[in-house]
Amino acid sequence: MTTIVVFVEQNSGQPVRASLECIGAARAAGGSVVAVVTGAGAENAAAALGKSGAGKVVCLTGATQHSPDALARDCAGVVQELGAKAFLAAATATGKDVAPRVAALLDVTILSDVTTLANAGGAFNATRAWLGGKALANLGSSGAVFVATTRPNAFAALENGGTAEVVKKNASTDGKAVVTAIEAKKGGKLDVKEAPVVVSGGRGMKGPENWNLIEDLAAAFGNAATGASRAVVDSGWRPHGEQVGQTGKTVAPQLYIAVGISGAIQHLAGMRTSKVIVAINKDAEAPIFKVADYGIVGDAMEVLPALTKAVKDLKAQK
Amino acid sequence: MKIAACIKRVPTTEAQIKVGADGKSLDTTGLQYMASFYDEIAVEEAIKTKEKLTGDVTVITIGPSDASKEVREFMARGADTGLVLKDDAWHARDARSTAKALATKVKALGAQVVFCGKVATDRDNAAVGPMLATYLGWACVTDVVSLALENDKGTAKRETEHGVETVSFALPAVITVSKGLNEPRRPNLKGIMAVKAKPIPEEPCEAVANQAVVNKVEQPAPRKAGRIVGEGAAAVNALVTALRSEAGVL
Ligand SMILES: Cc1cc2nc3c(=O)[nH]c(=O)nc-3n(C[C@H](O)[C@H](O)[C@H](O)COP(=O)(O)OP(=O)(O)OC[C@H]3O[C@@H](n4cnc5c(N)ncnc54)[C@H](O)[C@@H]3O)c2cc1C
Ligand SMILES: Nc1ncnc2c1ncn2[C@@H]1O[C@H](COP(=O)(O)O)[C@@H](O)[C@H]1O
Repeated sequence: MTTIVVFVEQNSGQPVRASLECIGAARAAGGSVVAVVTGAGAENAAAALGKSGAGKVVCLTGATQHSPDALARDCAGVVQELGAKAFLAAATATGKDVAPRVAALLDVTILSDVTTLANAGGAFNATRAWLGGKALANLGSSGAVFVATTRPNAFAALENGGTAEVVKKNASTDGKAVVTAIEAKKGGKLDVKEAPVVVSGGRGMKGPENWNLIEDLAAAFGNAATGASRAVVDSGWRPHGEQVGQTGKTVAPQLYIAVGISGAIQHLAGMRTSKVIVAINKDAEAPIFKVADYGIVGDAMEVLPALTKAVKDLKAQK
Repeated sequence: MKIAACIKRVPTTEAQIKVGADGKSLDTTGLQYMASFYDEIAVEEAIKTKEKLTGDVTVITIGPSDASKEVREFMARGADTGLVLKDDAWHARDARSTAKALATKVKALGAQVVFCGKVATDRDNAAVGPMLATYLGWACVTDVVSLALENDKGTAKRETEHGVETVSFALPAVITVSKGLNEPRRPNLKGIMAVKAKPIPEEPCEAVANQAVVNKVEQPAPRKAGRIVGEGAAAVNALVTALRSEAGVL
């Protein structure tokens, strides 16, 4: 079977969801998966990866500081040692930092943020959005190794894969750049790119003082992140990391709720591939309703508390 | 210090996109272009670095002759030199061939630091910066939101899903910039006049065969028409019911 090496990102021993989906993508494309995992807690994370579909885990140990270039060298080394046909990582900040370097070390190109992956008789192909989703391109690569990053939420993670053999390897420690400190996000909040549900607010929220309404709805879902339009980020109401759109993050959650967002083309570029889109806007003519599956015309200040309560009630029933 | 900033010409946001007749490309007729959004931040950081550490800034683009327009615009903001590495098929170049050609040029220039956008808003590769650094054997920090550079080293902050990382590195380095790093200045009239007649050198871009092979390009199916479930707070129950029983997402 074709060997696919997957870089798995982990946090305090917990593999991130997007990486498990990436293993799922590799398995669905008919590969046998060798996962590479590193950092503090890597051994705990490794233990859980068999269940998600990895057949083998290479656990890089001994590095006290993260270095993307050293990690890339280790990943490329594993690919070469195994004669793997593909290398994948999730299209997260870390995956997008490491995968292009692995590609360059192998002197092959990379397809970023792919939403499908297939293996036709040994030749991989994948789909990616161009121009913020205005076009979809299916591409292959003539490079000796197929390298790609997979878009979070686009692939299913496996639940009952099996068990994986874990082998330890010394991590390279001679990085040219090293992470010397990490300031963790407060309260372990989900990132807008990873969350299965995103609740985004726009200028229609009137001011940062009303964001508790957005946060309450996100909290009611339990698995939701909060997002924002650029107008809101530029006004300083919300941090840059929350911006969805052409010049912010591209998200594709199961459910995207746009509140007080007009639906400018640059915003749509970041969220139009969401599975289900809900819009809440007081203007029935707002362009966001053109892409929304469900809409409520009304004042966000009134609709949000009612929606939060309804979602809470429903979750309580389950 | 020799500083370089890489910029890419991309279709404007409003551009209407059509698939080419071969079904494997985009029809570029009538497209208007601009510099990719993050490249403005890259050039601004290059100019700020020059102001702080002294040196000169070269703006490089791989693109058609006409891309001298964007290069000139950045020179009006304070970049010293521009360079067009001519390739009329720049938009179809894959990340590897772009990075390799840039690496050759950056080496020839003797640059110590190169600024790139974290992603170009046409193909969304988010790959050229770290690939360029890897081909050069340099340090690289991606998605940078804060930067403190000295003559031989630097510290940068980058944003990830889980928080903010502080990264230390030695020069030479490639920095890919994210939103929030700086506020790009606008060119003033004096700057515009000063570069108006300046020649912008053009060289053929190093040919590196693409590995990315396009099988098919299509336009996404338009989203199924949605519906307004109602008005105001009274519509909430209808919405929740639809999300649960129709859409199956609740
Ligand atoms: C190069 C470029 C890149 C850009 N990149 C991005 C990007 O990445 N992301 C992005 O979002 N934008 C981006 N923009 C900006 C974009 O064009 C819009 O200006 C922006 O998305 C508008 O934000 P908004 O919808 O919050 O505000 P507005 O357009 O002002 O919309 C506010 C909406 O709220 C509604 N509203 C008002 N009051 C209420 C209420 N009480 N209850 C309910 N609804 C209410 C209004 O009807 C209106 O539809 C970019 C622009 C450019 C030029
Ligand atoms: N054709 C090009 N010419 C010059 N720089 C480029 C070109 N393509 C990409 N870059 C640089 O690489 C960055 C990231 O591009 P990409 O990896 O294609 O998303 C851009 O913001 C530019 O700084």
